[in-house]
Amino acid sequence: MNLRKENLEKMRQNSYNKDTMEKEKITPTTEFLTGTRDSLPIAIGYFSVCFTFGIMAAKAGISPWMAGLFSLVNVTSAGQFAGLQLIIAGTTYFEMFLTQLVINLRYALMSLSLTQKLSKNCHTGKRLVMAFGVTDEIFAVSVSRDTPVTFAYMMGLEITPILAWSLGAIVGGIANNLLPTSVQSALGIALYAMFVAIVMPPARKNHHIAVVAGIALLISCILKYAPMLSRISSGFAIIICTVVAAGIGAVLFPVENAKEADS
Amino acid sequence: MVKYMLLMAVTTYLIRMLPLVLFQKEIKNKYIQSFLYYVPYACLTAMTIPAIFYATGSVISAAAGLVVALFLGWRGKSLPIVALASCIVVFIVELMI
Repeated sequence: MNLRKENLEKMRQNSYNKDTMEKEKITPTTEFLTGTRDSLPIAIGYFSVCFTFGIMAAKAGISPWMAGLFSLVNVTSAGQFAGLQLIIAGTTYFEMFLTQLVINLRYALMSLSLTQKLSKNCHTGKRLVMAFGVTDEIFAVSVSRDTPVTFAYMMGLEITPILAWSLGAIVGGIANNLLPTSVQSALGIALYAMFVAIVMPPARKNHHIAVVAGIALLISCILKYAPMLSRISSGFAIIICTVVAAGIGAVLFPVENAKEADS
Repeated sequence: MVKYMLLMAVTTYLIRMLPLVLFQKEIKNKYIQSFLYYVPYACLTAMTIPAIFYATGSVISAAAGLVVALFLGWRGKSLPIVALASCIVVFIVELMI
């Protein structure tokens, strides 16, 4: 019990928000509902992204239901789009495995980071379930929380977006041009805008975070536009940026748990 | 097709699952702790820029959407609000160009 309290205390200090005193009222149901509420912008973004996937799959001769199932079991945007290209090209299984590994390895970093945010009672069984839905966006929202992340919260956060993701693929496959392109185009920015909204408030409060984000931005642009480096896959580029920028941050500005609350 | 699908699903699941299951304890090392603390911000920034400029119909509308997101994010607005405002601005800018 004491250990748990200590952990909660640490988690609390670890966050940039200090007004988290209403921990007592939290039940699995409220956690699930909070997670679901937080997941709604993700779900909307996912629907429109996977809508595009459904259209592409339909053009490759894959049925809408298959595209939906494909999306339901994978839940990875870049991985699915790349996978679809490889399937069309008739690649080997090994090449498919390697591509998914490189593109999706960033999830391993996210999962690792997430382990430090999970509430104490998240045992292996629960982790096996919640692992299924660790995506860029779900990870982003879960770690931006200022309280420990519970299993119920993660379920709330994952279920609606995964359903929207699968549904998007099905609807996209059935009705190739349901949404006008202008609306599709506008929805394309939703997830990125959300990322910006997650990074900005802590970066404003803590200059170290701003510096780390700045380094990541710089490397990301170099990897994208420098002649030879631009051949690196986008998934792998994200890993490089993350490891280098967070690594520099850790060396230059190591975080002392106690100090952090007032930085 | 089904084989490809299952191969992809299993690979991706293992990538996500293994760190979660293997690292159950709190990491004590100050530098690793700090590294993991900075990971989300580095990762999200790298995913956003420059990809955001190609997320809409034109770089101009995307830049407008980004500026709105930066401004509202700076002001600490909630995620749905920022996302929605950004979408609306992209939509309007694309109507004008």
